[in-house]
Amino acid sequence: MTAKVITVTSGKGGVGKTTAVANLATALAMDGKRVVCIDGDIGLRNLDVVMGLENRIVYDLVDVIEGRCKLKQAMIRDKHLPDLYLIPAAQTRDKNAVSPSDMVRICNDLRPDTDFVIVDSPAGIERGFRNAIAAADSVLVVTNPEVSAVRDADRVVGLLEAEEKGPPSLIINRLNPNLVKNNDMLSAEDVLDLLGIRLIGIVPEDENVIIGSNRGAPTVGDAKSRAGQAFRNIAKRLQGEEVPFMDLAPQSGLWNAIQRFAGRK
Amino acid sequence: MEPMESTPPVVQIKGIRDGLLVTFADIPWEEQRAALMQQIHEKASFFQGARLAIDVGNQPLKVNDLVDLRDWLSEQTINLWAVISESPTTEHTAQLLGLATRISKPRPEENHHVLDGVPSDQALFISKTIRSGTRIEYPGTVVVFGDVNPGAEIVAEGNVIVWGRVRGVIHAGSKGDRSVFICALDLSANQLRIADEVSAMLNPQKDPKPEIASINEEGKLQAELWHSGETNIRK
Ligand SMILES: Nc1ncnc2c1ncn2[C@@H]1O[C@H](COP(=O)(O)OP(=O)(O)OP(=O)(O)O)[C@@H](O)[C@H]1O
Ligand SMILES: [Mg+2]
Repeated sequence: MTAKVITVTSGKGGVGKTTAVANLATALAMDGKRVVCIDGDIGLRNLDVVMGLENRIVYDLVDVIEGRCKLKQAMIRDKHLPDLYLIPAAQTRDKNAVSPSDMVRICNDLRPDTDFVIVDSPAGIERGFRNAIAAADSVLVVTNPEVSAVRDADRVVGLLEAEEKGPPSLIINRLNPNLVKNNDMLSAEDVLDLLGIRLIGIVPEDENVIIGSNRGAPTVGDAKSRAGQAFRNIAKRLQGEEVPFMDLAPQSGLWNAIQRFAGRK
Repeated sequence: MEPMESTPPVVQIKGIRDGLLVTFADIPWEEQRAALMQQIHEKASFFQGARLAIDVGNQPLKVNDLVDLRDWLSEQTINLWAVISESPTTEHTAQLLGLATRISKPRPEENHHVLDGVPSDQALFISKTIRSGTRIEYPGTVVVFGDVNPGAEIVAEGNVIVWGRVRGVIHAGSKGDRSVFICALDLSANQLRIADEVSAMLNPQKDPKPEIASINEEGKLQAELWHSGETNIRK
């Protein structure tokens, strides 16, 4: 086993990075993969809450870096899935407690007996962002169909290109087909057209996401949730499977746009 | 502060025609950077408003390194305009940020006519999409083979030619040359500027056609459809 390290980032805050990490990690583990997620949002940790693991935390990422515990001791096992682990962020430290080379070292230590390492990153393009992408083999950029979020995503894509992290893949989160139909929301096609990167999934707006986050049970576990289905599909695509895109609503031209960017390197 | 006479200085600063040139001893970038910042702290008034070129030797610098330095310098009212390096990575980074990578070349004169044939070594050719947050500044013509996205800016002393879509801000003739042009396959820019003329009325088109913008006889900045065979550019 040698893990693939995937970083989830966005530029703009609150677009659904943590939600995506929790759901994708859970979905991959449901498919039998060995998964470790790392909360890279030092000082504002919340991946543990979304995954329902908050009260199991003893050690965190900074404890590992500063040698207060072994890597294994900071890996919290999920309540239901035995091959899913979380390395939580430190809540009382700032992002300068972590450096890009610390992240590379920790991910390299995880690689031999893990299938996927999924790294959550903080909003912004500063130190915390750099830490989060340092070890990434591939990057998922999350955006909402909203002009300001797309603008920030574009900025992040530019920085990733300059860092030679390779072309990231795109998750469009919180799409509301009814708003798109009435021209009150950017369509997935508009977003793709601007960013020109590979689309790996569209996640609809779904109240189950909020309910799941509050319960500490990611939506992918709920077979009926639309957002859960979208995340399960993305997890399949991360494993190299071809999964058709969900039919959210008739959106003229989207298929062409997907086709156009699917082949792009 | 320790006296430093005995060891060769880590940072050397000299005046050149275009401002100040900083060269470093061969030490890691973090130390070079720290030494420069210290110098600037100590001689704040000397550096105030300066145009700075730095020669970083063979250090491979990434975008974040240069952006951090440039932003910090601009807070000190210092303008970083050139980064000289033997490292191709650093050169590439500098170009991405629109920084000059050479200082020996004479800068174009005030009424330099860019249209009289742009020497090819003075055109900056960029083959990628220019994304939000990127500002390309160049003392000549800029050619982009890709899109210019919203939130990106191109500021050229010469012409700007985009083989793609323009949705960001383009300023051609930034030093006052009114004879330059901006052309693109789709010119739905947020804002176009030639010399000091500004145009902000370009609407995204359903079925975009190549357009060229220049300053017309009345002195107004105007965009017209491109027709092959005739040139809309005033000679
Ligand atoms: N598809 C969705 N449908 C409905 N609500 C969603 C969806 N995705 C995310 N949310 C909600 O949006 C909010 C922000 O999501 P999240 O915390 O994942 O964003 P983030 O990008 O990690 O934020 P930050 O930048 O602060 O770390 C949460 O309340 C989450 O439940
Ligand atoms: Mg988050």
